[in-house]
Amino acid sequence: MSILVYTENWDGKFKKLSFELVSYAKSLADKLNLPVTALSIGHVTDDELKQLGNYGAAKILNVADNRFDSLDNKALAEAVAHAAKTEDSQIIILSHNNVGKAVAPRITVKLNGGLVSGVIAIPENFDPFIVKKKVFTQKAFAHVQIDADIKVLTLAQNSFELIETENKAVIEAYDPQVADDVFSTTVKETNKVTGKVLLTDAEIVISGGRGMKGPENWGGLEELADLLGAGLACSRPVSDEGWRSHSEHVGQTGKIIAPNLYVAFGISGAIQHLGGVSSSKVIVAVNKDPEAPIFEAADYGIVGDAFKVIPQMIEEVKKMKS
Amino acid sequence: MKFLVLISNVPDTTTKIRFVDDNKAFDTTGVQWIINPWDELALTRAVELKEAGGIESITVANVGENITESTLRKALAVGADDAVRIDAKPKDAFYVATQLAQIAKDYDVIMAGNEASDYNGSAVGGMLAEILGFNSVAAVSGMDIVDGKLSLTREIDGGQQKIEVDTPVVTIVQKGIAIDPRIPAMRGIMMARKKPLTVIPPVEAVEKTEYVGFELPPPKAACKLVEEDNVKELLRLLQEEAKVL
Repeated sequence: MSILVYTENWDGKFKKLSFELVSYAKSLADKLNLPVTALSIGHVTDDELKQLGNYGAAKILNVADNRFDSLDNKALAEAVAHAAKTEDSQIIILSHNNVGKAVAPRITVKLNGGLVSGVIAIPENFDPFIVKKKVFTQKAFAHVQIDADIKVLTLAQNSFELIETENKAVIEAYDPQVADDVFSTTVKETNKVTGKVLLTDAEIVISGGRGMKGPENWGGLEELADLLGAGLACSRPVSDEGWRSHSEHVGQTGKIIAPNLYVAFGISGAIQHLGGVSSSKVIVAVNKDPEAPIFEAADYGIVGDAFKVIPQMIEEVKKMKS
Repeated sequence: MKFLVLISNVPDTTTKIRFVDDNKAFDTTGVQWIINPWDELALTRAVELKEAGGIESITVANVGENITESTLRKALAVGADDAVRIDAKPKDAFYVATQLAQIAKDYDVIMAGNEASDYNGSAVGGMLAEILGFNSVAAVSGMDIVDGKLSLTREIDGGQQKIEVDTPVVTIVQKGIAIDPRIPAMRGIMMARKKPLTVIPPVEAVEKTEYVGFELPPPKAACKLVEEDNVKELLRLLQEEAKVL
């Protein structure tokens, strides 16, 4: 028996969430006295693979197979389910992100298991198995019981600390036996930026709203984000107006993020926006309107003009860094 | 191509969330019910594609008791051709997916929202695809029909991809598939009354999960304010007190 973790990499480097997932699995594994197996699908060097051992993976299954580059959902699910059967996994853990959300429901059906998605804590009870998750878009929590032998969990990002441990990992090349005719997704064109901070992986996120008045005013926010190594985000009206790309929209219908620090400039904080950011550890708001609802969600704030605050912040961060 | 759009009936997104029955159930008193925001965007795109002549028909489907019919009528008013309600209380994602599988097998493209805004499960679309043996594509933010084939845009880390996928397929869609949901016009509302809404009984299925309790987040401490010209102090607090810089 084992606990299986589906890890993810970006351009050959593990995302931080992969280490969170392994740390989480290890915490469960210690309580249940089970080993953790990590599954990696992609093109990752042995040195990078070994890092999963730092967080408690005993075995690392490495699938280096170009066919999975198309992220074909059906094929990925077959691969994960195959690994779960090979490893006799009772618990399977994935991230609550685009890939995890695509694959977890499929493997749950394949393995006749039970799924809880968006989990934020270690299970509070193992028999019966009960775990806490977010519901109503961060406005409440629920305790969910799984009544099936195989448990599949997707873990909300940034909800579990990294825990380093002694590295005893063994790396194995692994073939999940997925037939060619399972793959039916053809990638025609890829547009992606590299070298930038992934919004969902970022420890700090700098965000602008309608109060920024126009796309030409984003230079200061970009500079600040660069200085802090932060991700750049925006509110819904900003992406709807086309000032910034939809990929930067955070909020209920955009991306849900949970950085350590979220700094909102000129964002009033509609309930739908807060739904996407309220899991941030610390929220800072800068807004002219003292009545803006963002101040109810914020830990720190400045009632004032973003255009005055941003240049000062750039200067102060530069001083701090030097 | 025949489209099926899955419709979740959810509380309006501004609803104050409360629980009753010793925190074991969601308090539905006074709640306004709406089409789940992502499902509404999915439907909007399907209607646009139909108007452009790219697809044959749009059916909307929901697993729910009769209170969900007004939500389905609204979907008909937006532009769906017909609606199916599977008459059962939606227990968990597997239960709902099993119900939908009865009808979904007859469609080429099934559209599901990224998640429902109430239980945030993100599970029904993927489960349905697996039950039917269909492929699925998640994080879909664009959809077109090109030369009779389905062309999709999906979000990946740090960017987007254009992909083609064989039908039948379940697409799990998010923001970008449409920007603003379509508001039904008076003519649409009148026509919706005459469009078919079929009610079918549920099939036997066992749920795998159950909600055993709820809680609200603890109240947040008041926001600490600093002066506009004292950003230095803000950064000091973030470094020394909050320890996030």
